[in-house]
Amino acid sequence: MAASAASSSWRQPSVLPGLGLSLGITLTALSLVVLIPLAALFIKAASAGPAEIWAIATSPRTLAALRLSFLGALFAASINAVFGLILAWVLVRYEFPGRRLVDAAVDLPFALPTAVAGIALAAIYAPNGWVGSLLAPYGIKIAYTPLGVMVALIFIGLPFVVRMVQPVLEESQGDIEEAAALLGASRLRTIFTVVLPPVMPALLTGFVLAFARAVGEYGSVIFIAGNVPMVSEIAPLLIVIKLEQFDYAGAAVIATMMLLISFALILLVNLIQARTRRKLGDV
Amino acid sequence: MSVAVTIEAIDKRFLAFQALRNVSLDIQPGELVALLGPSGSGKTTLLRLIAGLEQADAGRVLFGDDDTRDLSLRDRRIGFVFQHYALFKTMTVAENIAFGLRSRPRAERPDGAEITRRVKALLELVQLPDLERRYPSQLSGGQRQRVALARALAIEPQVLLLDEPFGALDAKIRKDLRAWLRDLHSRTGHTTVFVTHDQEEALELADRVAILHEGKLEQVGTPDDVYDHPATPFVCEFLGEANRLPVKIVGSQAFLGDRPVLGGLTQNQSGPAALYVRPHHLKFVDETPLSIPGVVEQLRRTGALRRAEIAVAGLTKRLDLDLTSQVAPAIGERVRVKITHATAFATA
Repeated sequence: MAASAASSSWRQPSVLPGLGLSLGITLTALSLVVLIPLAALFIKAASAGPAEIWAIATSPRTLAALRLSFLGALFAASINAVFGLILAWVLVRYEFPGRRLVDAAVDLPFALPTAVAGIALAAIYAPNGWVGSLLAPYGIKIAYTPLGVMVALIFIGLPFVVRMVQPVLEESQGDIEEAAALLGASRLRTIFTVVLPPVMPALLTGFVLAFARAVGEYGSVIFIAGNVPMVSEIAPLLIVIKLEQFDYAGAAVIATMMLLISFALILLVNLIQARTRRKLGDV
Repeated sequence: MSVAVTIEAIDKRFLAFQALRNVSLDIQPGELVALLGPSGSGKTTLLRLIAGLEQADAGRVLFGDDDTRDLSLRDRRIGFVFQHYALFKTMTVAENIAFGLRSRPRAERPDGAEITRRVKALLELVQLPDLERRYPSQLSGGQRQRVALARALAIEPQVLLLDEPFGALDAKIRKDLRAWLRDLHSRTGHTTVFVTHDQEEALELADRVAILHEGKLEQVGTPDDVYDHPATPFVCEFLGEANRLPVKIVGSQAFLGDRPVLGGLTQNQSGPAALYVRPHHLKFVDETPLSIPGVVEQLRRTGALRRAEIAVAGLTKRLDLDLTSQVAPAIGERVRVKITHATAFATA
């Protein structure tokens, strides 16, 4: 045991053989699909030369687009975390007519082609649309403004939070709530100290997924955003614009920036995640 | 600190299912009462009604002189221990135990040092010192249940309610915890009600046992009372194994077929009856009046005792008899057995 552990410490004897083989296949596939294209992206971006990279990266239009994409995605993911949690709670805890219908409808943003979603949202939130016309008298414009971008991002991110949180809520038994109530806790205290903490890891994962999806979202946003440079133009759209102008290096530079920021943010959340998991012991 | 609990004519229905029918029960201050019954007998429902987690359709529950319907869950001051512990898994053991104290309104809340002191005292009471900083997932089942009990005791409850507290634990730990809980109760003296489907647990632990069957209270009494003088056939069969003999009672004698098998019956209940005889209330005898002839068909070991199965002419089921001596009959041997104690219930 000790000798074999010394020769290869990561290779534990197991009832399931073939770790080496499956690791090889997995790494090959991962390289072909993810790592090599990403490496190519870096190489392409580097071909621009330091001065040009700096110029593209710090141009006001790039910065505005990145700011809109990331802040918009963060905002949308936050909204989704709150409302997704409430929606999951309602779906798990209450029996009401049409519950299964609502449950199924949650997945629609997954299934719908994003362009369809974008067009539908634009039509409804446009100043002459159903919702837009209600808000127009108050001077609130949603479609063709950054607000419209948020609406689209919230729409496409909602299922992630609901579907991550739902199973955890289903699993949590009512008896911890009863225990808290009998121990004298108020309802608010019960929710915030007893019910929510076990849900946090799942909620955080849902948040990250919704955020990641929102950062990369393109199809639905461009229809409702209006795409005014410096105002409602998202970074993915800017990349496409650069590509259409055959500015491949410029597109690669913006893409690389998105990649690095996304990676840093997701890494951060995963570190927080790992800490809460350790504390819970299981999961 | 402990109060009497009075349960008055409780009815409870879940949709089409009548969970409790006209249940009344008086529990003395400091008494340890077991609610015993099979699954679906309503015992857990009754416990949850006392706790206030369910509302009765009719009847009421009093703590001392207070109608519990006027009390909030917090004001009922109930220590409730759940079958599956219901510990808060994101909190440490100490935080779990302190939860009830920290949930009090600011004016009644002890300060931090006092809470720490009480948590320490409670952990010592449940014999888990130095586990304050662990999380529930790092504890064994028996330890979790003791933490749950410490958490329930922390709020200085008027009444302690335990819902199948040892149901999820294995046999050895159950036995240890049983003795420990009995000891704890005699030291703390809380009015305690616990639910169990294990008759051995109920008889060993409780001052009084309340046996429920299909939502009705069949009998309430001390363990000796209910075991030796069961009020109904159900109680008799549920509390332990029993041989059932269809007999006919004439005067003070019971007849199996036309053979008298038991005399000295005091109840005046002539007619057909079922005679319930526990395996240890049968013994081998030489030829005497009131003995039953039979053939030993099988010898088994049941824990500490050995058991003989005896076929008797006219009975479809063999009689079970616990051997009291080391001398065992051989299989196939003709024997005579005598009933030393039995309970008779008239049959229609």
